[in-house]
Amino acid sequence: MSQDVKEVDAKGYWRAVLTLTISLFVIWFLVSYGAGILFREFLDQFSVGGAPMGFWFAQQGAIYLFGLLILYYCIAMNRLERKFGVKG
Amino acid sequence: MDWSLTFVIITFAIYIGIAIWARAGTTADFYVAGHDVHPALNGMATAADWMSAASYLSMAGLIAFLGYGGSVYLMGWTGGYVLLALLLAPFLREFGKFTVPDFVGDRYYSVAARLIAVVCAMFISFTYIAGQMKGVGVAFSSFLGVEYNLGILIGMAIVFVYATFGGMKGVTYTQVAQYVVMIFAYTVPAIFISLIITGNPIPQLGFIGDAKGTDMSMLAKLNETVTGLGFQAYTETDKSMLDVFCITGALMFGTAGLPHVIIRFFTVSSAKAARYSAGWALLFIAILYTTAPAVGAFARLNFIDTVNEATYIEGDIDEIDYTAAAEAIVADGGKPVPTWYKTWEKTGLLKYDDVNGDGIMQYRGPNAPDGLANEVSPNNDIFVLANPQIAQLPGWVIGLVVAGGLAAALSTAAGLLMVISSAVSHDLCRKTFFKDMDDKTEMLIARLAAGAAVVAAGLLGIFATSLPFVAQVVAFAFGLAAASLFPIIFLGIFWKRMNREGAIVSMLFGLVTTFWYIVHFKFVDTDPSHWFTGISPEGIGFVVMWVAALIGILVSLVTAPPPQHVQDLVEDIRIPGMQEARATAAPAE
Repeated sequence: MSQDVKEVDAKGYWRAVLTLTISLFVIWFLVSYGAGILFREFLDQFSVGGAPMGFWFAQQGAIYLFGLLILYYCIAMNRLERKFGVKG
Repeated sequence: MDWSLTFVIITFAIYIGIAIWARAGTTADFYVAGHDVHPALNGMATAADWMSAASYLSMAGLIAFLGYGGSVYLMGWTGGYVLLALLLAPFLREFGKFTVPDFVGDRYYSVAARLIAVVCAMFISFTYIAGQMKGVGVAFSSFLGVEYNLGILIGMAIVFVYATFGGMKGVTYTQVAQYVVMIFAYTVPAIFISLIITGNPIPQLGFIGDAKGTDMSMLAKLNETVTGLGFQAYTETDKSMLDVFCITGALMFGTAGLPHVIIRFFTVSSAKAARYSAGWALLFIAILYTTAPAVGAFARLNFIDTVNEATYIEGDIDEIDYTAAAEAIVADGGKPVPTWYKTWEKTGLLKYDDVNGDGIMQYRGPNAPDGLANEVSPNNDIFVLANPQIAQLPGWVIGLVVAGGLAAALSTAAGLLMVISSAVSHDLCRKTFFKDMDDKTEMLIARLAAGAAVVAAGLLGIFATSLPFVAQVVAFAFGLAAASLFPIIFLGIFWKRMNREGAIVSMLFGLVTTFWYIVHFKFVDTDPSHWFTGISPEGIGFVVMWVAALIGILVSLVTAPPPQHVQDLVEDIRIPGMQEARATAAPAE
C-alpha cells in the first residue's frame, strides 16, 4: 500500500486541480458579477428574447451557467483523477 | 381552507412516517446519516434545507417590488453553490468528520478555535431558526385558523419527533419529501400564471417572451406600466453598483459558509459524491430560483392590471354579495376589485386606504406623473400565496401552497437544529469537556440537545413576534457566515501555512466587526449616508471577509507554522483516498 501513496503525483494533481478551479472561477465571476452587475448597463443594449441582456444574466443566465460550471467541474475532476490515478 | 388542513395533515403524517422508518442507530447515523446518502437525494435534501420560508414565500414578492435590485438574492443564493462545490464540499467530505467546528478544531489544532467556531455556528443557526419558526406560526394562524403560538407548538412537535429519533438520517429523508411538496406547490401555480400573462406554459420562457395578445415583450410592458405609475423601471435599481456587488458577495460567500448547508455534504460517501451532490443541489434550487423572478414579474403586472383603478367593494367577502356588487360596477363601466383581493384582504397582507375618497383604488409610485397618492399597500408574501387564486386554480392548489410553505420552514429549521445539537453533543461535550464519553452517551446527549434546541427555537419564534426586526436579523446569518467561517475554512484547505493564531484572530475579527456594523447601522444609526463607502449592513460581510482573510494570513506569517501532522492532513484532504492510503501504509504513525 505504501507504493500506492508514492505513485500518485500529488503535486502535479494539485496543480492541475488549482488550474481548473481558477479557470472556472474566472467564468463564475464574469457571468455573475461581470455580466449581471459591472457590465449590466452595457449589455442591456442587447437582448435575450424580450429581456435586456444584463438584466437577464442577473436573473436567469448566471444561475444556468453556475449549474453548467459545477457539471463541468465534476466531469473534469473525474478525468483528472483517472489521469493521476487518484481514487475518486 | 379545508384543503389546506388536509394537505398539512397528510404531509405531516408522511414526515412522521419517514422518521419512524429512518431511526438513527449510531452517532454516524445521527450526525451524518451514516455517510451513505445518494448524491441526488442529498442534493434534494440540501435544496429543501437551504430554501427557507423566506425563499419560498417572500422572494418572488421581494423581486416583484425590487425588480433588477432583487437580482442580488438570485445570484447570491445560487452562486454560493459554485463556491461550495469547487472550494469546500469535496475537501470537507474527504476530511470525513461530523461537524464544521470539528474541521476547525482539528485543522487548527486548538480547542479555542473549535469553541469560537461553535459560537459562530450556534449564533448563525439561532438567528436563522427564529425566522423559520415564525413562518410556521404565521402559516398556521393565517390559513388554518390555529392560534399562532399553538401553530408553533405543532411545528415544534413534528420537528422534535424526526430530529431527535432520526437525527440527520431522519432529517435527510424528510427533507427529500419536503422538497417534492415544495417544488410542486411552487411550480404548478407558476405555470398557470405564466399562461395567463404570456401564453407560454414555461415561466422561464414567458419571462423573456411577449405579453399575451401583444407584440411587446412582457418586460417592456412591465417597465412601461410601472414607470407610468411613478415607480422605478423594473429592469433598473436605485442601489449603487458597489452595494449590489457587495450584497451579492455577502450572500454568496455566506451561503458557502452556512454550517447547516456544509454539513449536508458530510452525508454522502466520498469527495466525488460531494461534488456531484452540490451540482444536484444547485439544479434543484435553480428550478425554484429561475421560476421566482418570472413569478415576481408576472405578479407585479397582474396586480397592476387587476387592482389599479378598480372600484373597491366594502365589507367582508363572506358576508356581502360580491357577485352582485361586482356586476353593478361592471354595468357602470367600472372594474370591480378582484375576488382574490377580497379573500386575502382578511389576512392583513393587503391594505387599501382611500386617500382621495373616490372609492377607486389608486396604486402609485413615489413619482406618479398624475400626482395622485398611493392607496394600496401589498405585503411581499401575498404574491406567492395568492397566485393560485389569481390564476383561478382549484381550491386544493392553495392547500398545497400552504403545505409547501410549512415544508420550506420545517426543513430549514430541522437542518439548523442538527447544527445546534451536534455542536453541543459532539464539539462541546465529547471533544472539549468529557473526552472519555462513549458513543452511546454521546447519542443520548445529541438527542437531548436536539430536543432542547427545538424548544429554544420555538420559544424564539413565539418571543420573536414582539420583536419588530426579525426579517432584518437574517442579514446577520449571511454576513457572519461569510466573514467568520468562510475565510478560515477556505484557507485551511488551500493554504497549508495558515495556523492556529491566524485562524483565531481571523474568526474573532470577522465575527465582532460584522456584528458591530450590522447592529450599529440597523438599530443605532439608521442613516444610510453614514454607511462605510455606501455599503449597506447586508453587504458588509463581503468586505469584512476579505479583511479577515488578510489579517489571518498576516498573523499566520509572523507566528509559528502549523505542526507537521496538520500540514500532512491538509495535503491528504486535497487528494481523495490519500488519508485511507496513509492510514493503511503506516498504521503505527
